[in-house]
Amino acid sequence: MSETLILTRRWGKPNSAALETYRQDGGYAALDKALGMDPAAIVDEVKKSNLRGRGGAGFATGLKWTFLPKDVRPRYLTINADESEPGTFKDRYIIEHDPHQLIEGIAITCWALDIHLAYVYIRGEFPKQARILEKAVEEARAAGIIGPKLLGKKAFDLDIHVHRGAGAYICGEESALLESLEGKKGYPRLKPPFPAVVGLWGKPTIINNVETIANIPWIVQNGGEAFAALGSGKTGGTRLFGVSGHVNRPGVYEKPAAYNLKKLIMEDCGGIVGGRGVKAVIPGGSSSPVLRGDEIDISLEVDAVKAAGSMSGSGGVIVFDDSTCMVRALARIAKFYAEESCGQCTPCREGTSWMEGIVEKIEHGHGSAADVEKLEQIAGCIGGNTICALGDAAAMPVQSFVKKFRDEFLRHTVEHRCPFGESGWGLDQTSRPAVVGAVRY
Amino acid sequence: MTNPAPLGAVEELPRDEVERFDRELAAVVKRYPPDRKAAAMLPALRIGQEIFGYCSPAVQKLAADRLGVSPARAEEVATFYVMFHTKPLGRHLVEICTNVSCCLTGGERIFEHLKRKLGVGNGGTTADGRITLREVECLGACGTAPAMLLDEDEMIERLDVQKVDQIVGGLK
Repeated sequence: MSETLILTRRWGKPNSAALETYRQDGGYAALDKALGMDPAAIVDEVKKSNLRGRGGAGFATGLKWTFLPKDVRPRYLTINADESEPGTFKDRYIIEHDPHQLIEGIAITCWALDIHLAYVYIRGEFPKQARILEKAVEEARAAGIIGPKLLGKKAFDLDIHVHRGAGAYICGEESALLESLEGKKGYPRLKPPFPAVVGLWGKPTIINNVETIANIPWIVQNGGEAFAALGSGKTGGTRLFGVSGHVNRPGVYEKPAAYNLKKLIMEDCGGIVGGRGVKAVIPGGSSSPVLRGDEIDISLEVDAVKAAGSMSGSGGVIVFDDSTCMVRALARIAKFYAEESCGQCTPCREGTSWMEGIVEKIEHGHGSAADVEKLEQIAGCIGGNTICALGDAAAMPVQSFVKKFRDEFLRHTVEHRCPFGESGWGLDQTSRPAVVGAVRY
Repeated sequence: MTNPAPLGAVEELPRDEVERFDRELAAVVKRYPPDRKAAAMLPALRIGQEIFGYCSPAVQKLAADRLGVSPARAEEVATFYVMFHTKPLGRHLVEICTNVSCCLTGGERIFEHLKRKLGVGNGGTTADGRITLREVECLGACGTAPAMLLDEDEMIERLDVQKVDQIVGGLK
């Protein structure tokens, strides 16, 4: 049975990023169809589709759209292309291989929501992707697809701009993103009010992830129910899963939203390097709680992963083989959150650095059993006590690593060294060819 | 207590380069509503950094002046984001990702190798001013790890020690 591909179907075709080839493949037909629809009917289709945000939170997209207050204008659309969650590397390929799919999704969304100005906030470390997207937007503007008229026929002014970040994980958090877009440092805002009510420049703003919006043309063309049927439960469609770490074929795989995690790793990704076993898997970006190797026979559907005690998050799957030191891995994750904490809230600013220091100490053999307990205690004091989710994102890996690999942490404190020595990152630390849709890297 | 060093003045910047800055900024400011030009602070500092080499206090003041905000606003932005540099760098910036997926495929070994080879620590610049080496957080290249960013413009992926030696050896 051939699987339905929505997002990756054009990846790897010659010149797939160009407007000409996009149109040859039926591109912008969905926008044409949308322009003949009542905007409210488009929102209904998106609601029916069970499309959930692909950036990490998994919030229902159609529902988010209905939070816009009815009478306030202007409204803005902001696309989150910050893609900074460790283990996540999917949106960049949508932009590289099929930027017009995103632009068409933006145009339809703006038509549906009466929005006339959209920004794509792309992380500063993606200069190539920013150039590709700017070029594609320029092509769309020159062709009259966007501008004073949509598709050159519907009087509806729409402009799209690319706004580059400058290196800050926190700017993937939607209210920090807005601050950054306004030209400020990325300090998250207190919520409520949520951005849909008070967003960019104080106006109602919808913020959606790249992958989320790239699905919109397909939903308009094929209907919300068809999209919902590709997934299961409350999560519709396919998803891009980015698999990295100790697998034979890392890469980006488009699979039904409820695909099995173990199958993804053992079959699609060709199993573990050197035929070793799986010690652990982070299923949805570095902030999602870690799963033990014997806990991965689960559906990747958002609520199923939640039921298994983790999060499907951004779809970034990181695989650790049985030769990896979990203390070493956690030390690096803790360092990341300490580095990226914006410093606005005390529990996160102080707590992330404390956790980093303590995990480092344990990894180097200078820790004690009391330090392991202290880690859990500090993590417990951060979670839920900060303005944004970065605090929780920093606490969850610590809590889950310690809970699931406590013996390994204690072994470090008893042996006063890292039992894995030089090979803490695994016996085989080499790069392997990646599979990204139909493209080989 | 000694007084802090005086902040750079916009007048210290070469006039033709300031004109180039103004031209490039004018093209970017158009992306934002006319009454929201302060939104262009990130692009303004990026343009300033490209033209003048780094985000000196004078460059921060220039950006703030053109966007109608206080120099403090420019400074808080210039010091918040890791891609803005308030001190001069070497001629090339080599940034190695050492986040989890890169380390699982050799990123840490590559970074340690470069530190030894170039004789610098994290953030250090070689004595000849050729290269600044820096460890960075996840670059979003986890499937094609390990990855590096060269001069904040070119991402190079699927690295190994040999490949990185070749890249670094070719930098003038």
